[in-house]
Amino acid sequence: MANFRSRTLRGERTGSTASLRAVPATLRRTALYDAHVAAGAKMVEFAGWQMPVQYEGVGAEHRSVRERCGVFDVSHMGEIETSGPQALALLQRLLSNDVAQIDVNVDGGGAQYSVLCREDGGVLDDLFTYRLDTDRYLTVTNAANHERDLQWFLTHAADFPEAQVGDRIDHYAMLAVQGPRARAIVQAISDAPLPARMTAATRRVGGGDVLVCATGYTGEDGVELLCSPADAAGLWHELVRRGAEPAGLAARDTLRLEVCFHLYGNDLMVQRGPIEAGLGWCCREDTGFIGAGAVRAVREAGPVEKLVAFTIDGQGIARQGNPVAGGGEVTSGTMSPSLGVGIGMAYVPAERAAVGTRLEIDVRGKMRRAVVKQKPLYRKGS
Amino acid sequence: MAEANYPEDLLYHAEHDWARIDAGDPSLATLGITWYAQDSLGEVVFFDLPAVGASVSKDASYAEVESVKAVSDVIAPLSGEIVEVNQALSDEPQKINEDPYGEGWLVKLRLADPAEREQLMDAQAYAATLAG
Repeated sequence: MANFRSRTLRGERTGSTASLRAVPATLRRTALYDAHVAAGAKMVEFAGWQMPVQYEGVGAEHRSVRERCGVFDVSHMGEIETSGPQALALLQRLLSNDVAQIDVNVDGGGAQYSVLCREDGGVLDDLFTYRLDTDRYLTVTNAANHERDLQWFLTHAADFPEAQVGDRIDHYAMLAVQGPRARAIVQAISDAPLPARMTAATRRVGGGDVLVCATGYTGEDGVELLCSPADAAGLWHELVRRGAEPAGLAARDTLRLEVCFHLYGNDLMVQRGPIEAGLGWCCREDTGFIGAGAVRAVREAGPVEKLVAFTIDGQGIARQGNPVAGGGEVTSGTMSPSLGVGIGMAYVPAERAAVGTRLEIDVRGKMRRAVVKQKPLYRKGS
Repeated sequence: MAEANYPEDLLYHAEHDWARIDAGDPSLATLGITWYAQDSLGEVVFFDLPAVGASVSKDASYAEVESVKAVSDVIAPLSGEIVEVNQALSDEPQKINEDPYGEGWLVKLRLADPAEREQLMDAQAYAATLAG
């Protein structure tokens, strides 16, 4: 049994949960660190943070989210607040989607997914932006990209003197409560009805002010709760007491891959654009965002390669970095707890991206057969 | 198996593998991974069975075991030829977690050099390497 304490999957980068290595002492801890240790979590390094990769086991945690309710600590994710009369104009410049389409209402507003692109269309991050008020927006970043995103926001804010950009990573802890029972569990400790899907609103939840975001990364119904770090442990324990089951980053990864949500650092990267990644639906080139020209050119010409979902035909598990015969590479791969087969996503030449196309993947020297499948790979009741 | 356990009747390799020498035939050994190895890996979801007849060398990888997020080489504690593989692991790889010294055995080996066993550790010595 070799090196299992240090070996990560071939080609793996920061931004994946695989590492089994011991945790260096300088890593950041979330407000829930003590709660994780007390719950018996296996802690790993993730993007500079000590995070729970699993508690009882990834299979059980995965099923609890699909069948009941899981709670994840995702406080490592960052937040950037953009405010002021030119907040909308700045965000239109930065984000690929049409930010003007995000509604505002009496206690919150809409939520919108977008990517942040370079001038050449390369993807710097994928983000959710929530409208907090008429001229206030909160954008949630990936942990590994937060500092780069923040600098990108600040640099471009110089062109918009009436927009303010603020780092809010220390203002919030973030708990994702996901699964068929998630809304009922949170509703029971909330002072008002929870916001509708794809909107956000401030509520008193478990005694503290919480930005309740009706979004998620699992394919299940649920909410993501942004609260003060001081309130996080109390909220966590109250949710667990009411039946939410702690779930770690490993289950978060299997859940998101079954429904083909992208993971930055795996499926998204600066070397590839949003059209290749299948994210053209969140790009509105007519808003003039940075990279819009490059994105439009790829959309009009058609991408050379596309990100496809696949299942392995037979035994084996393809992993990030495995080459696809005839061109392309696997960017995410795992054993699907719901489907019981190896699944993944891969960039392949566009002419080989049609559903039903047979692929051969080189898994550490063994050729494994796979089939391109419709996204998502897992559907409720399938 | 929830608690650490290192049976006294096995021989151990520093890469967290065990060998059980057959009581009636000192040139036959059963191999597997230790409780510590399976606990560190987490839930095993795939064991790619090696071929019967393949030869393995002490201290070299002879198979791979995969958990949800990691793949690890399995190192041979002894040299020899594979004479049997645990076919049950094809459908139930989780037996490596549930019963690493019993139903979770990996292969049986016809030993090339039974004297190699002298280089392996007993349970007490192996457990001491983990305590450090």
